[in-house]
Amino acid sequence: MKHRYLPLTESDKKEMLDAIGVSSIEELFEDIPEKVRFKGTYNLKEAKAEPLLKRELSQLAAKNANNKQYASFLGAGVYDHYAPSIVDHVISRSEFYTAYTPYQPEISQGELQAIFEFQTMICELTGMDVANSSMYDGGTALAEAAMLSAGQTKRKKVLVSETVHPEARDVLRTYAKGQGIEVIEVPYKNGATDLESLNSLVDRDTAAVIVQYPNFFGVVEPLADVEKAAHGEGAMFVVSANPLSLGILTPPGKFGADIVVGDAQPFGIPAQFGGPHCGYFAVTKKLMRKVPGRLVGQTKDEEGQRGFVLTLQAREQHIRRDKATSNICSNQALNALAASVAMTALGKNGVRESAEQNLQKAHFAKEALKQQGVDIVFEAPTFNEFVIRLNKPVKDVNSQLLKQGIIGGYDLGLVYKELKNCMLVAVTEMRTKEEIELFAKEVGEHHE
Amino acid sequence: MSKKDQKLIFEMSQPGRIGYSLPELDVPRKDAAELLPDGYVREEAPELPEVSELDIMRHYTALSKRNHGVDSGFYPLGSCTMKYNPKINEDIARLDGLAHIHPLQQEETVQGALELMYDLQEHLKEITGMDEVTLQPAAGAHGEWTGLMMIRAFHEANGDFNRTKVIVPDSAHGTNPASAAVAGFETVTVKSGEDGLVDLEDLKRVVDETTAALMLTNPNTLGLFEENILEMAEIIHGVGGKLYYDGANLNAVMSKARPGDMGFDVVHLNLHKTFTGPHGGGGPGSGPVGVKADLMPFLPKPVLVKKDGMYQFDNERPQSIGRVKPFYGNFGINVRAYTYIRSMGPDGLKAVTEYAVLNANYMMRRLAPYFDLPYNRHSKHEFVLSGRRQKKLGVRTLDIAKRLLDFGYHPPTIYFPLNVEECMMIEPTETESKETLDAFIEAMIQIAKEAEETPEVVQEAPHTTVIGRLDETLAARKPVLRYEKEQ
Ligand SMILES: Cc1ncc(COP(=O)(O)O)c(C=O)c1O
Repeated sequence: MKHRYLPLTESDKKEMLDAIGVSSIEELFEDIPEKVRFKGTYNLKEAKAEPLLKRELSQLAAKNANNKQYASFLGAGVYDHYAPSIVDHVISRSEFYTAYTPYQPEISQGELQAIFEFQTMICELTGMDVANSSMYDGGTALAEAAMLSAGQTKRKKVLVSETVHPEARDVLRTYAKGQGIEVIEVPYKNGATDLESLNSLVDRDTAAVIVQYPNFFGVVEPLADVEKAAHGEGAMFVVSANPLSLGILTPPGKFGADIVVGDAQPFGIPAQFGGPHCGYFAVTKKLMRKVPGRLVGQTKDEEGQRGFVLTLQAREQHIRRDKATSNICSNQALNALAASVAMTALGKNGVRESAEQNLQKAHFAKEALKQQGVDIVFEAPTFNEFVIRLNKPVKDVNSQLLKQGIIGGYDLGLVYKELKNCMLVAVTEMRTKEEIELFAKEVGEHHE
Repeated sequence: MSKKDQKLIFEMSQPGRIGYSLPELDVPRKDAAELLPDGYVREEAPELPEVSELDIMRHYTALSKRNHGVDSGFYPLGSCTMKYNPKINEDIARLDGLAHIHPLQQEETVQGALELMYDLQEHLKEITGMDEVTLQPAAGAHGEWTGLMMIRAFHEANGDFNRTKVIVPDSAHGTNPASAAVAGFETVTVKSGEDGLVDLEDLKRVVDETTAALMLTNPNTLGLFEENILEMAEIIHGVGGKLYYDGANLNAVMSKARPGDMGFDVVHLNLHKTFTGPHGGGGPGSGPVGVKADLMPFLPKPVLVKKDGMYQFDNERPQSIGRVKPFYGNFGINVRAYTYIRSMGPDGLKAVTEYAVLNANYMMRRLAPYFDLPYNRHSKHEFVLSGRRQKKLGVRTLDIAKRLLDFGYHPPTIYFPLNVEECMMIEPTETESKETLDAFIEAMIQIAKEAEETPEVVQEAPHTTVIGRLDETLAARKPVLRYEKEQ
């Protein structure tokens, strides 16, 4: 068997077998009982040479409509944003992407420092004291926040707004089942968490109140009121936030959030059919030792030189095993690096400008659609997404849009029964005025 | 590597400098205060760096030079399978039709992506001998929890609510007991015997009708094949429990033994180990889970199916444990794993395992005269040495690891598994040449000699890195977890 990834030659093998003192490789497998031995070869597709495989998979990829080729108005948690070219150049440096978790700090200072910078940027955006090195995604980060809250408050009930991403709520329910946590959904009114319902549901058994900011409908949730409801009963106040929106929105930390989670996908991470993205997890100083996953801290070497290490590891599975704060081991480090590069490139001014453009363009699109006679479902202020009502199935409209080079919005009727024929429209800074106008016109036409 | 502090990106920031290029806003600009509620327009800008594009590139290039990856040099980190990460994988994963597709697009617009996922599942079913596979879990630990939740749902569906315990060997990876805890189980530890294998008598002692599952890594974390696997399966199945396979070590047995044929009911794989997903400095990974037929109803939602020539997601799964992750898993990593499997083919995958095991045994035999070999038998893809002998000379395994840095190597996994004193766990992988193995062996022999003759050279290592040994106690006692601008 000759293969470009397998360097052993026949003479290597012979010398090695001699050194071991066996006559064949097969002998090394004699400890596998005869009864469970797999004989023969797998029934799989035969190996394909590099150029042929490249061609085959390129053709397969070409079967998918992608957002380089289409103008996308689809968001719902995954967005088409400006990804500076430099991002991919940095994460393609193989010293980063072919390294493992930085267990040996002396030869991993690059990764450790990059994560330390990532933690700092997430703190800056969210207005929190401490951020970890990343989570799998926004959904599992939210579930971990609920578990942390239950542990911290010793209470077993969490309230989650119906305006939180439906898939994140699904993930939360699965985790909650394992932990024996009760999940109660708080209904919405005019597109935001219904405060009256929230106030009547929250009580001394509530571990956490969880909202999303901006919420799944794009609406800017009244965090100040939610905070009062949560803290009034001693519950944790948990916010899932789109970090790019925090370029222009008051950060959850300012409203007294205890835990802020979310996904850094808007910063330079491609949609990739839903993953890998990059969950983040930020807390107040008080909760520092309860955080799941890895944390990088600053320290010194023997000569007093600054350096970075994985720290507060007594929280983690490799030390605490079944008493760990979470089971997470591998995280999304490379995507945290990508997000760091994108946040750095945007910088203090760019993140504001980018967020502002999202706000402005989405607002422009809303107005353009109104002019076409399309209903805007919720009046409340929104960031870069909003909900429209059509008088035919969203699926049909989207099929028509596709023919015009447009990927339409998300069909809310799939999850919210009361929002049949409603579309969640996302307008990022990537959409040009022409694209928005075309979208509005096409939707208007198919609407009639 | 030069011994110099690398500034933080924040310390390079200069007001007014930019590193981005956004088009001018082409729609009328309104005052943000008009569009957002009172009190919700951010007042203080986040302190992100203000740097030019070249500043950024130089900064991260400098950081990359302070990092060791597989492409930098040998990386025999046991249990992590640090094999070569093929470059075609990276190219394929970056194709527009795979990198830039949205998970909520209508199914007919992503048939190519679904076809790839489906075919990957089919390949993984054959490789593991399981009946169905889900690609959703994001990493190994996530797969463990997903698998355990399915086992829990299975027992509960049988009206069996008293199965509260999951058994894990003392040599198990930390995520095993941690995942059991997240899934709501109590963990019970089963001992390893003198031979490094699970002690069957102890196993019989700890199982009973409260046993939900036994989690096992095979070969185990000592690199030894659990020869009594069929007896263990019988013991667990005998009390109605399920057998869980931690597939982190699949590189050792591909084409030689399949978990499904060994009696395992649930399997997770780490595509970022055996199947060349790059580790990325700690992730992202991908941890697909395979199950036997009786667990299929409990698979996480949605399940990918093929109907009338179309691929689609099935959400009508009343017994499903629910969703474990938004969308469908770490697709980008799954694309890389698929590309790898298709590059290797069945013969290639068999050779992978054979050479991984050959490399490990060769190193083990050549190093045996110089270090203690706690288990003197054929290993699989990795093996453990003990630094007991060197410890008596005042040189600890940690010192040996640090000394290896001076030779340009990433050290082995150390102090794991927990049941071997001064443990070094070495996994060379099949992509390394004999020359590389020989050079590493020579370095280890030299260090063994230094431990006898000039122990301080080892004790004070590393001597050549950009930074010396770091004060971890200080880091934990006075945590500095973010940069703060000096006032
Ligand atoms: C034996 C074993 N099990 C489980 C895991 C956990 O995998 P992950 O880091 O992908 O969560 C690892 C890797 O760290 C491992 O080596």
